[in-house]
Amino acid sequence: MSSDLTAMNVDELQAALADGTTSVDLTQAYLDRIDAADGELRAYLHVDPEAALARAAEIDAGGTRGTGLAGLPVALKDVVVTEGVPTTSGSKILEGWKPPYDATVAARLKAAGTVLLGKTNMDEFAMGSSTENSAYGVTRNPWDLDRIPGGSSGGSSAAVAGGLAPWAIGTDTGGSIRQPAALTGLVGHKPTYGSVSRYGLIAFSSSLDQAGPMARTVLDAALLHEAIGGHDPLDSTSIDAPQPVLAEAARRGAGGDLAGLRVGVVRELGGEGHTDGYEDGVLSGVGGAVSRLEAMGADVREISCPAFDLALAAYYLIAPSEASSNLARFDGVRYGLRIGDDGSRDLDEVMALTREQGFGPEVKRRIILGTYALSSGYYDAYYGQAQKVRTLISRDFSAAFEGVDVLVSPTTPTVAFPIGARVDDPIAMYAADLCTLPASLAGVPAISVPCGLSEGLPVGFQIMAPALADDRCYRVAAALEAALTADRGDRGFLDQLATRRGSAA
Amino acid sequence: MSTDKLVDFDEVLTRYEPVIGLETHVELGTVSKMFCGCSTTFGAEPNTQTCPVCLGLPGSLPAANAVAIESAIRIGLALGCRIATWSRFSRKNYFYPDIPKGFQTTQYDEPFSTAGHLDVEVDGETYRVEIERVHLEEDTGKNLHVGGATGRIHGADHSLIDYNRAGIPLVEIVTRPIPGAGAKAPEVAKAYVAELREILLALGVSEVKMEQGNLRCDVNVSLAPIGSLEWGTRTETKNVNSLRSVERAVRFEMRRQAAVLDDGGRIVQETRHFHEDTGSTSPGRSKEEATDYRYFPEPDLVPIAPDEEWVEKLAAALPELPAARRTRLSEEWGIAPTEMAWLVNAGAVELVSDTVAAGATPADARKWWLGELARRANDANVELAELAVTPAQVAELVALVGAGTINDQLARQTLDGVLAGEGSPTEVVASRGLAVMGESDELVAAVDAAIEGNPDVAEKVRGGKVQAIGALVGAVMKTTRGKADAATVKRMLEARLTAG
Ligand SMILES: [Zn+2]
Repeated sequence: MSSDLTAMNVDELQAALADGTTSVDLTQAYLDRIDAADGELRAYLHVDPEAALARAAEIDAGGTRGTGLAGLPVALKDVVVTEGVPTTSGSKILEGWKPPYDATVAARLKAAGTVLLGKTNMDEFAMGSSTENSAYGVTRNPWDLDRIPGGSSGGSSAAVAGGLAPWAIGTDTGGSIRQPAALTGLVGHKPTYGSVSRYGLIAFSSSLDQAGPMARTVLDAALLHEAIGGHDPLDSTSIDAPQPVLAEAARRGAGGDLAGLRVGVVRELGGEGHTDGYEDGVLSGVGGAVSRLEAMGADVREISCPAFDLALAAYYLIAPSEASSNLARFDGVRYGLRIGDDGSRDLDEVMALTREQGFGPEVKRRIILGTYALSSGYYDAYYGQAQKVRTLISRDFSAAFEGVDVLVSPTTPTVAFPIGARVDDPIAMYAADLCTLPASLAGVPAISVPCGLSEGLPVGFQIMAPALADDRCYRVAAALEAALTADRGDRGFLDQLATRRGSAA
Repeated sequence: MSTDKLVDFDEVLTRYEPVIGLETHVELGTVSKMFCGCSTTFGAEPNTQTCPVCLGLPGSLPAANAVAIESAIRIGLALGCRIATWSRFSRKNYFYPDIPKGFQTTQYDEPFSTAGHLDVEVDGETYRVEIERVHLEEDTGKNLHVGGATGRIHGADHSLIDYNRAGIPLVEIVTRPIPGAGAKAPEVAKAYVAELREILLALGVSEVKMEQGNLRCDVNVSLAPIGSLEWGTRTETKNVNSLRSVERAVRFEMRRQAAVLDDGGRIVQETRHFHEDTGSTSPGRSKEEATDYRYFPEPDLVPIAPDEEWVEKLAAALPELPAARRTRLSEEWGIAPTEMAWLVNAGAVELVSDTVAAGATPADARKWWLGELARRANDANVELAELAVTPAQVAELVALVGAGTINDQLARQTLDGVLAGEGSPTEVVASRGLAVMGESDELVAAVDAAIEGNPDVAEKVRGGKVQAIGALVGAVMKTTRGKADAATVKRMLEARLTAG
């Protein structure tokens, strides 16, 4: 067993903290790792070592270390607003903005005693699937530095996979937690819409955005999720219901008994007649995972969800429409970038110049798309129609969940692609979210758990459950994880990367 | 200031039929803002009543104010509206620095209330104003344009923005077009706003202080040639902020539009600004190059489905509305509707009612408020309610007269003292020594002096010319500086001059 703290799972770190390792030691280990590796990976946009160590010392002195999450470092995607800590959402337009308040997610993690390591890179305003749309440079995939780490939470995925954070918060609008988790060998969970507060997440698409955990193991993800979830009166769309017990579901699932569990394999997501664009390695990895579930007692059948074929089109109307409105506030008047205010231009010109220079091309593309879709005369044909498709997708889920307990699919059609491969082809880039979009549009929970390697790169397996049954995702994912870990004989999926890291060094 | 050609108002009506419409914005008097906990107190230092939500900071989210929703629904109920069983907020998207989010959270196609009405009375005639909708939204911040001649953004050196007002709950009440008011159109518009104001006060949902911008009107006016089946193109005059201005704005637009049409011109559909100083309007933004607001349902707020039972409870708990109250008071006070209309126009209904409640008879209360007090308010160019005298003090004054402590003339002097802040009527009577003189030695002496000083008049009275006694009474009143009671003086004189 490695004594490298940055290669440990969180449950092991909790034990170490309880056993006398200080939060300062632990934090320092991650800071050292960031120092050594982030020049290459570029997972972080902002790290303040002094603040992190001071916070760790505060926890050490406070006497809570080793209980719950106290003393554990965490990384936040830069879309999460943090009081006094620069928050950019990956955009030039917010360069230098230090928010005066904490997002609920950040506040809850703070209250739990975690130590903020830093803010992670992301596609600008969470718009992208590769982190190549960040205004602050590309993040690299620790499994292959020439490849993308997924997106938009690519900074978080690279940080956790690379050992630069024990875990991280990501946000998922159309797959931005699950897809990067899949491409970097992590567990990533998109909670039921409304079950984790959106207060303080810089909005991309309000009806879709959810924050969630990205972690080395299913149990770690469940622990992090429990710390951030639950009702928040500051978010009107927050569900006022008790959160299901997640860590316990993960522990129970790791026991491996899935007898009686009914699993539906979604035909439209890589099944027969729907394999275009799916890599063989991905399909065989997913097929293997399904077999493992069956071997643990699950009752597996194929399920057809025809409306899923329309998810991509609907998503690229709904998300840009909401984004075009959400991003209107970035006008240079109150905060962030302001361009051209030299006394020679009027207000409209200053606003236009600020937005012209502050937003990157993908953000502009989506603002224009969304503005068009909401325009009078086009609204019904585009936004209205997309909402109807959304209803159809929800109905497909409801119908499916009458017969099965969970739906499964690949998380992504392909493994991580090379940096630059899709930047000039937005449609190809959008296709990376093909499998994750339906759960986003329906607001149901979905988890991605690694299920193997293809060409040496991680393959993700997606498990979707009915709204508020997040615990079911954790249970099934933990069962699969335990079985595959036992097969390999290691401590977790990332050990394969650590081995490689070790041998490369 | 205005260079517009204007047609004489009476002449307008010989050729055109006006159609008016009103959109009224009412700031609710809730303790906190529409979507955050910030205070709504008027007049605070700029930008001290703000938070991440009402500043629209990235990541912030709205949480709807339940009291504001209840108030909006109560207003709908008071206007006889149908209350929606399912309602939503929408985003109205446009760029302007006083809207911090780049959109205003408002209601679009799913408002709380629709299809109501409000009856208003002008010169004894009732006009039914149909209400199209009542919806809830948030107020904008306030721009202050510094430098430049107009105080508007064009030509200003720089602009300051105060977001204290941003996010204050605002109820918008929209009428359907009101045809058929003819020459009374300006008065109907004014009477509608006045009646609406009374209702809002009765509901207790807003202080409705027009001078503080609690109630702001957009006035729509169009003209059509008499007999035409189609209505004309309308203009929308924004931010008309007093009852008098509403009337003036309608009048001015009718006269201006008539002149344009007479010249064969075309009315441009546009928003116009109202100028308090001249009573004129001038063009603002043209609607023909209008913004597409790209309304869509606000995804940050959940739909609101008012529970039927709850709405029924709200309806049952509505206070007596002004019209019903006026009917009841007319009966209780025994006055005709026209007289009640005077009281309404004078803004005296509450004052009279409170004065009656404090013990005065309805006739006395009306006499004082519509007479002496109305005259003084008019002289001082203030509203009746702004006079420094309370209904209780007026009732006290009436009681002092009734008890014979003072007479009407002394009462007016007493009022001078009350208005000058010298205390209650009783206190003023005491401090100024205004009480009517009884049959005191002083009065006997004054009567004697009057007879001695006017021997010829006294002789006439003795000789049977009883009406000549008035001159002697006048003399006594003069020497007593009005403090004597005329009837008493007359009785004393008669006793002296006619007794054997
Ligand atoms: Zn506020």
